[in-house]
Amino acid sequence: MNDIYRALADPTRRTLMDELCKREGQTLFELCARLAMAHGIGSTRQAVSQHLAVLEDVGLVRTERQGRSKLHWFDGTPLQAIAARWPIPRGKTKS
Amino acid sequence: MRINVTSVFVDDQQKALRFYTEVLGFRKKTEIPLGDVSWLTVVSPEEPNGTELLLEPDTHPAVKPYKAALVEDGIPATSFAVADVQAEYARLSSEGVRFLQPPVDHGTVVTAVLDDTCGNLIQIAEEKRPS
Repeated sequence: MNDIYRALADPTRRTLMDELCKREGQTLFELCARLAMAHGIGSTRQAVSQHLAVLEDVGLVRTERQGRSKLHWFDGTPLQAIAARWPIPRGKTKS
Repeated sequence: MRINVTSVFVDDQQKALRFYTEVLGFRKKTEIPLGDVSWLTVVSPEEPNGTELLLEPDTHPAVKPYKAALVEDGIPATSFAVADVQAEYARLSSEGVRFLQPPVDHGTVVTAVLDDTCGNLIQIAEEKRPS
């Protein structure tokens, strides 16, 4: 059972979300290349695939088939629940 | 020892020959009929005596699931060196080539991934000189 806090607690998963914000609709191969080249994260494809599954399980990543390939999108909708639970005071948000 | 031939598994050799020559710009090097199929290779016009790419039929039962699994995860069957990925992306896109990954700058290398229409993804890569 994964909840959003556990999903967000892992630095590799947060980096995957960062990279999905840079370009939508990425394959596992592209995400692995970005982790390795930009972040020095040499996780196996299986490990990255499992991280993506955790994110997908809590709704932070959506997947869709394009042709015969599986593409990944970031979806920040579940984060609204966090902001609703601990509201950010008006006028105090930074940039 | 040297690498003189490498291969991609294609679903149709003649369709593959058209794509790899007319679209990508390679040249046919050898075509030796072997019954229903051929020993069919192409080379780069930049290196006519360089490594040949064998357009190998994908008829073995193990090959199709292998190709499908690679394509699902976006893994290229092979990678070709180009001088300018962005220029090739523009040229090939205008020829109707579908890119699964547009050019991405990884710092030391720029890559893009295209669909060869024969069941494979192909990476094109531009190595950047250290500045």
